[in-house]
Amino acid sequence: MSNRLINVLVPVISIILGLLVGAVVMLVSGYDPIAGYIALWNGIFGDSYAIGETIRQISPYILAGLAVAFAFRTGLFNIGVEGQLIVGWFAAAYVGMAFELPKIIHLPLALLAAAAAGAIWGLIPGLLKATLKVHEVIVTIMMNYIALHLVNALIKVVAKGGFKTDKIQDTASLRSDFLSELTDFSTLHYGIFVALFMVFIMWFILERMKLGYELKSVGFNENAAQYAGMSVKKNIVMAMVISGAFAGLGGAMEALGTFGNMSTRAGFTGIGFDGIAVALLGANTPLGVVFGASLFGSLKYGANNMPNAANIPIEIVSIVIALIIFFVACGYIIRVGLQRIGKNKEAK
Amino acid sequence: MSKRRFGLALSLVLAAGTVLGACGSDKEEGNGSDKGSSSDGGNTSEFSLGMVTDVGGIDDKSFNQSAWKGIQDFGSENSLKKGDGGFDYLQSQSDADYTTNLNALARRDFNLIFGVGFLMEDAIDTIAQQQKDTEFAIIDGVVEQPNVASVLFKEQEGAYLAGVAAALMTKSDKIGFVGGMEIPVIERFEVGFLAGVKAVKPDLKVDVQYTGAFDKAELGKAAANRMYSSGVDIIFHAAGGSGNGVFSEAKERKSADKDAYVWVIGVDSDQYDEGQVGDDNVTLTSMLKRVDNAVNDIAKLSKEGKFPGGETKVYGLHDEGVALADSRGAIPEDVLAQIEEYDKKISEGEIEVPGEK
Repeated sequence: MSNRLINVLVPVISIILGLLVGAVVMLVSGYDPIAGYIALWNGIFGDSYAIGETIRQISPYILAGLAVAFAFRTGLFNIGVEGQLIVGWFAAAYVGMAFELPKIIHLPLALLAAAAAGAIWGLIPGLLKATLKVHEVIVTIMMNYIALHLVNALIKVVAKGGFKTDKIQDTASLRSDFLSELTDFSTLHYGIFVALFMVFIMWFILERMKLGYELKSVGFNENAAQYAGMSVKKNIVMAMVISGAFAGLGGAMEALGTFGNMSTRAGFTGIGFDGIAVALLGANTPLGVVFGASLFGSLKYGANNMPNAANIPIEIVSIVIALIIFFVACGYIIRVGLQRIGKNKEAK
Repeated sequence: MSKRRFGLALSLVLAAGTVLGACGSDKEEGNGSDKGSSSDGGNTSEFSLGMVTDVGGIDDKSFNQSAWKGIQDFGSENSLKKGDGGFDYLQSQSDADYTTNLNALARRDFNLIFGVGFLMEDAIDTIAQQQKDTEFAIIDGVVEQPNVASVLFKEQEGAYLAGVAAALMTKSDKIGFVGGMEIPVIERFEVGFLAGVKAVKPDLKVDVQYTGAFDKAELGKAAANRMYSSGVDIIFHAAGGSGNGVFSEAKERKSADKDAYVWVIGVDSDQYDEGQVGDDNVTLTSMLKRVDNAVNDIAKLSKEGKFPGGETKVYGLHDEGVALADSRGAIPEDVLAQIEEYDKKISEGEIEVPGEK
């Protein structure tokens, strides 16, 4: 079996396996898997509305995935994407609401505020790691909780005792009537272009800039990078700041696009944590993250249609979706299996 | 090499897309024609309704469950079936799902769609402007659109009675209140409860604590633990799932010591089953929020063509929107009689219960 064939077969087989095991789960629980998968398909691509919503769901996943992937490339595990996203969400919602400016200034300003808030939230663990060797996993996890409750308190102040901020001004909105009409009133907004632009930015930093080369070197081997005259500390801090900025922009998608404001949250959004899986599915490369986010976002959004159109309870749906992602992530096992089969045949 | 690999993968995905897409659209066509024929006959004679839950789901032992019960009752009264053209619900997994779920139901041509919970205000506001032919109702929130009815409850009135019951039943003269998030709805519970306690025993101080979440039973348990340890003997919770922790703390104390005098006052639905521990029960009573009555009421009005669009309907003690549950013997007759008196005074408007801090 040639290498090329294996490379094509692996993702296909993983998805088919995931779908099959998911089908068994649905059958055993007494639901019709074919109706279920048709509902899933229609939920993702069924009509222009579904496609619009799917793309809308994908945008924050791309940014969360980029954030995790970027830190990974420098050998850092940024679990704080969730918190960075939440502070970014709030910053964008606040700037979007509080100022009155022309759109050409207001929208970029709100996006910048979100990126800056996320960057600051990434800077703290970065500094602690670089100067005091405090492990970034611990700090970022704890920073998530600080972000959640700090933002809840800030919302209360900004909303004068209420539980949600006022809607952002139209001049800060990523929403567009054009996209909305194109997709039959879906909440699709220009955020997807921001996300894709950031994919390009990440690629550019990593592959075309000296900074990116240094960041990757630190990721490959800290000591070697140091020996080669690079400042490991500076690069660790930079990696966390840029990673945090990506995550903050992910929050801006929610603030300026999907919701238009921010409500007091009882818990995390989950987007930041899913970003870890997105980054790993995408092998920490910019383009890979787009595919990982697309898979995650589509399944996540399309799954909502399974209770709607096929009467499958949401719990079963969650299991099925998790199984599909599980098998995609397990691609390595399938690869090894295929190679073994190939070798056996050659031996004969 | 890698480019070719990518190209092959892409073409495979596209091929799969066309194949699957074909069966998808076939199915849809079938659905479409079905829908067309049923709605032709349906619009004249039949009435259908749906609801979107918040993240709680229809088995949250709280207001989502109660709303769903109201819809089911309405369905069986009017011999409707679950599904298109009858009644149905969609559960939201996160707050991003509200708009899409509301839209999904509107697209399935339901006449009346309920959104359960104040968090859905923005979503209903948006969707109501897009789907002008569909009637919407929001529970616990206010949306000012001509095709939206807002449903509020005078939780303070029910909580007032709970406060009266607690003040009359306490032996230690210490009472606790555990709230979920500090939002207007829950504050109405707190304010009413404090007023009720004060009406009976003006000097009694109520220990008030908010857990900050509706789904963290461990926080509710911690709050209850602190309160019971400090001598509190009755706790009223308005904390949804976090309140389950209050119950488990009380039950632990009851099962460790059968004579322990610990009580919980439940919220939203009758939480008697939650308080069962062996042969004893720690549920003193529950403050019922009859979302089911309100849902049923709105559905009836809508069916008769008298949908209160653009209005805010407030359900209190008077219109059976709130009430105390059967205490099943936990509260003695003479105390019940006193509570009954307060009940009457509030219903008749003699006592005005404050709703804000």
